[in-house]
Amino acid sequence: MTLKTEPFMLNIGPVHPSTHGVFRLRTTLDGEVIIDIEPIFGYLHRGVEKLAEERTYTGFIPLTDRLDYLASMSNNLGYVIAVEKLARIKVPERAEYLRVIIAELQGIASHLIAVGAFLNDCGAFFTPFLYMFREREKIVDLFEMVSGQRLLYNYMRIGGFAQDVPDEFLPALDKFVRQMPGFIDEYDRFLAENEILLARAKGVGILTREMAIDICASGPVLRASGVKWDIRKVDPYSVYDRFEFDIPIGSVDDCYDRYRVRVEEMRQSLRIIKQAMEQIPPGEIRAKVPHLVRPPVGEAYAHTEAPKGELGFYLVSDNSIAPYRCHIRAPSLMNLTALRDMMIGWKVQDAIIIFGSIDITMGEVDR
Amino acid sequence: MQFERYGKGIAKGLRVTITHLFRHPITAQYPEQRLNTSRRIRGNELIWDNIKCTGCSTCAKSCPQGAIKIITAVNPEENKYTVEKIDVDTGYCIQCGLCVEVCPYGALFMGYAYERAQYRRNDLVQINEGLLASAEKRPSGYMHPDIAKELPRQTLLVERINEDK
Amino acid sequence: MMLPADWPGGFWWHWLVFTVIIIAFVLTLVMGLIWIERRGMARMQARLGPNRVGPFGLLQPVADAIKVLLKEDITPARGDKIVHLLAPITAFFPVLMIFAVVPFQNGALLADLDVGVLYVIAISSISAIGVLMAGWGSNNKYSLLGAMRSVAAVVSYEIPLVLSVVGVVLIAGSLSMNQIVLAQNVPFILLQPLGFLIFFIGGCAEINRSPFDLFEADSELTAGFHTEYSGMKFAMFYLTEYGEALALSAIITTLFLSGWKGPLLAPWLWFVLKTITVFFIMVWTRTTLPRVRIDQLMALSWKFLFPLALINLFITAIEVLVWPEALPWTMIPVNIAIMAVLVLLWSKFFKLGWGRVAV
Repeated sequence: MTLKTEPFMLNIGPVHPSTHGVFRLRTTLDGEVIIDIEPIFGYLHRGVEKLAEERTYTGFIPLTDRLDYLASMSNNLGYVIAVEKLARIKVPERAEYLRVIIAELQGIASHLIAVGAFLNDCGAFFTPFLYMFREREKIVDLFEMVSGQRLLYNYMRIGGFAQDVPDEFLPALDKFVRQMPGFIDEYDRFLAENEILLARAKGVGILTREMAIDICASGPVLRASGVKWDIRKVDPYSVYDRFEFDIPIGSVDDCYDRYRVRVEEMRQSLRIIKQAMEQIPPGEIRAKVPHLVRPPVGEAYAHTEAPKGELGFYLVSDNSIAPYRCHIRAPSLMNLTALRDMMIGWKVQDAIIIFGSIDITMGEVDR
Repeated sequence: MQFERYGKGIAKGLRVTITHLFRHPITAQYPEQRLNTSRRIRGNELIWDNIKCTGCSTCAKSCPQGAIKIITAVNPEENKYTVEKIDVDTGYCIQCGLCVEVCPYGALFMGYAYERAQYRRNDLVQINEGLLASAEKRPSGYMHPDIAKELPRQTLLVERINEDK
Repeated sequence: MMLPADWPGGFWWHWLVFTVIIIAFVLTLVMGLIWIERRGMARMQARLGPNRVGPFGLLQPVADAIKVLLKEDITPARGDKIVHLLAPITAFFPVLMIFAVVPFQNGALLADLDVGVLYVIAISSISAIGVLMAGWGSNNKYSLLGAMRSVAAVVSYEIPLVLSVVGVVLIAGSLSMNQIVLAQNVPFILLQPLGFLIFFIGGCAEINRSPFDLFEADSELTAGFHTEYSGMKFAMFYLTEYGEALALSAIITTLFLSGWKGPLLAPWLWFVLKTITVFFIMVWTRTTLPRVRIDQLMALSWKFLFPLALINLFITAIEVLVWPEALPWTMIPVNIAIMAVLVLLWSKFFKLGWGRVAV
């Protein structure tokens, strides 16, 4: 004789200690097992794409900071490359190398938060989170030295950078690059082989390779399922074709694989930074571009490898000082369309871990 | 026979945590200890130099938020503008620094202080004389390398900690 | 119930003195434990802990208590009011009652029961009812989920807990806590390593400590069964959590670490030091380990701890009956070897939890 049960609806979020931002997940539960989910987002919509039509090309850069607020330099970089493609501006060599260094540093900082928040969701009570914030603090100090702010940098300009780096930047960066591999090894000793973490995260939230390619996933979510796709290798922008680095891939796209892929990517970023530091030439830091840029009529799409995936900017210009249309391809939004297939059949606790492992930032999803 | 999951990972993790117990913590005790900020910090309030300013309003045109409002009057004897009212609403300002960057005469500075919170919303709006540099409102070296040379060096976390690895 | 032979005065005098001692001990030491947890965990996370209130932050729990007392007392409008009110009380009073049989010194306990161990195990299960009442009376889906998980886990972990204690009782020969301490010339942690491990893991699961704190998982269910509590009622739940941790540490000290025995210092000081050490190990594991899932928790209890506890019981019984003159020094390496072999074997064949359910 079976007991008559009925499924009930549980609302996770929008204000919740562990959804990364304001995100609402309506789940239908049967006991503890999830039967159906419905993600509802849009709580952070600010109309950034419409605001682009009213700001000048340079005046829009502070607003691109606020898309993925945990990795601002990468957003700036994507936008600036799109405008340079549209206006056919050539960037000096020193600026290109510095862009690579800063983008990779920002990638490490963003992955530190992603891994720290994922392990925090798994239950290790803030300890890995705080250890990783200690390293991120070192990176943010470097960025503060260079640009003046700690979170929303507004440092890149069309044609290069706003100001050159001060003299103490490269020695401090050298110290950081020497210390960091030791700390990454310490994190691995701390939690990579932990039995409880393996039991929690291995095999949970699998995204098959076909489904990952179907939903246009990108970034670590795609690479963890075995697809060797990294825009820095496939369609290199800036000077990435002069550096030698590997692309870590996983095999089964579960939460544990995504976590390992991110940690390995941090190591590869350190490798790129070391090579760029050796090769950086002296010179100009910004091309001669007027403050009010007027690109010729046309359209351009530029994509870069942001830490969360493929960030794309599509700009249409009609020869005025503001873009006619700006559309932003947000990687977090594409990655989260697979949530339903990943979460059904697991329990509520697994849903929180799966959501933490695909690493989204609501500023990007809602724009 | 491969043995897995018998507790070795947990033991390694416990060892890492207990070694941290004997290291010096990295937090600084504010407000007794204050770390030095960057020399280029885009701090809280805007600082205006009324001698260099000519009233061209390039700053007001480049502000993405429209936080700067300038009213000028023509001075026909000396053939220049005088600035009657310059009104900066620090509440709208997003500290992006574009105004400082575009000023052709170098008459704007970002602030160096970061503890300039006020109690009332109306106190955030600064007009004319309220924008001049003073003892509490020191200018920062953002886009002004000559000021940046005089300011103290930033405290960096990579240099504060030396852990024996 | 007999008084110790050298106690001056009558029965009620003895009762009054020990009641006061127990209440003072529990409340003071709970504050000390809260301080140790917050500072210890903070230093392990590379930051300072609370250090503003009082020297070294020692008065922080007092400040917390005052803050909590001044808060507004909210009762959910459609919840069951009487159940909501009685839940924290039902959860807290068993904690105080456990200390009636814990010996602070030779013969210094409130009641030297002949069935001390049985009393402790029976009383400590009443807290589970308090938790269920809290979850039901709050009229909140999150609280109900947390309370259901909690009751299922507490009931499942009673069994390995009891079985591991029976091993200690077999060696000591008596159920009275005082007699168990007196019989420990060698601490029982060496004679019963597997029993200690099972008791520690099972005890942590019973009292909602990490890595089994999924009943009040901050990052999942926004505080579980005590979501809707504020003010003094929340303070009672908070006290219960640390009080149970203190009770578990005290029981582990008595049963496995030879209680108040030790050279040089006063016996009650040894007792306090050992209790604090056991609690420090619990803080250490809380800082390091992630949380297990609910079905993995149940699988750990039924498929891992329960068979191991049964095997431990059989082996201890065989050793006590058939080989009594081997006690204690030969038994120590034999038992440790058996524990190592069993743990390795079981972890190889043990599958954790369900996995994905087809919907």
